[in-house]
Amino acid sequence: MEGLGYLGAGLGAGLAVIGAGLGIGNIAASAAEGTARQPEATSDIRTTMIIAAALIEGVALFGEVICVLLALK
Amino acid sequence: MRVKANPKILALLVPFLLSLNTLACAVPVQDAVPAHEAAPAMVAPAATSPADVHEATVPEGETTVAGEQAASGEHEEKAGDVIMHHVKDSNVLAFEPFGEIELPHLQLGSLDISITKHVVMIWIASVVLLLVGAAAGASIKKLSAKQAPSGLGNVIEALVDFIRNDVAKSNIGHGYEKHLPYLITVFFFILTCNLLGLIPYGATATGNINVTLTLATFTFLVTQAAAFKELGVGGYVKHLTAGTHWSLWIIMIPIEIIGQFTKPFALTIRLFANMTAGHIIILSLIFISFILKSYVVAAAVSVPFAIFIYLLELFVAFLQAFVFTMLSALFIGLATAHDDHDGHELEASGHH
Repeated sequence: MEGLGYLGAGLGAGLAVIGAGLGIGNIAASAAEGTARQPEATSDIRTTMIIAAALIEGVALFGEVICVLLALK
Repeated sequence: MRVKANPKILALLVPFLLSLNTLACAVPVQDAVPAHEAAPAMVAPAATSPADVHEATVPEGETTVAGEQAASGEHEEKAGDVIMHHVKDSNVLAFEPFGEIELPHLQLGSLDISITKHVVMIWIASVVLLLVGAAAGASIKKLSAKQAPSGLGNVIEALVDFIRNDVAKSNIGHGYEKHLPYLITVFFFILTCNLLGLIPYGATATGNINVTLTLATFTFLVTQAAAFKELGVGGYVKHLTAGTHWSLWIIMIPIEIIGQFTKPFALTIRLFANMTAGHIIILSLIFISFILKSYVVAAAVSVPFAIFIYLLELFVAFLQAFVFTMLSALFIGLATAHDDHDGHELEASGHH
């Protein structure tokens, strides 16, 4: 049964990364598009992008920490 | 532009770091050392000769943490244990081929205030910051009005100017000068700690959740203090309702109160997980070649990928210091924004 914990941790880590990857990918795509349309707003867009990416990353990292705890238990 | 905050940085740095150090280490003994690891940790300093250490660790062969150095000749250690040993805080400063320094165990009542690896790294970071800050401040002060700064002063000025204009001014807006010393201090401190973890024999103090929690607590206190000062008690309570209709208050007020505490929590986990994850990945990549026992894998996979991740870590060290500072500024900006009913963010980013 102990093996299942590791399986859960591994699957959970992967799923968290999928979500975060999709989210940050969306942000980056929109930011690139926005910058291409309006190059003078580059620095504002970059700031907004980093904040949003950091928030998404934070949520993903919560998931990863839970997976690490599961694997180390 | 001249940097005016330099003396303030220095003035703020010392008490900040001292309190940080105390808080980071003031963990109850029971929590800091799990019961099964406590026994060998108590044995190790008492046993002075190598033979004693050997005898003492043999009965507890399972606990690798303290017995690792002594028992390294006996058996192969598991890769996971070695990785955790490198990432975790410990009482030993290891300079691997040359030996190691045992750090003193200190106890204050029920609190373990031992000087650990990460505490030493915090001290080194503060010394580095004091020297660099003093040198940069002196080199800028020496300049006449027409001269451009160069060398160290220029580097530090560029970073300080970046924090002032792109982080503090654009996120806090009105009255950002008050919070500038804190933001600059926190940026340089995190950056130095992150970078110290990337040099040989260094350890990442920011990869210790006690340190990041302390930093986030400072941001929390600064944010709350700024909000009370700026809005007053009435305005603060009004802020908790987020400008919604009174019938929604029963939902909004708890959410806003929880929101106050999730912000520092997210800051804590973000910095801790980012710094720890990078080190675990580098060590895992190195251990692939040991697990497969192959030079080809070492040359083709471990070394190139470890170098790649190392360079990525170098970037992440700057990025996470920036993100922590940026989010601190954003939270301060959100808490002090005078909004009547609509969006917090519009208000915060509206001031330039």
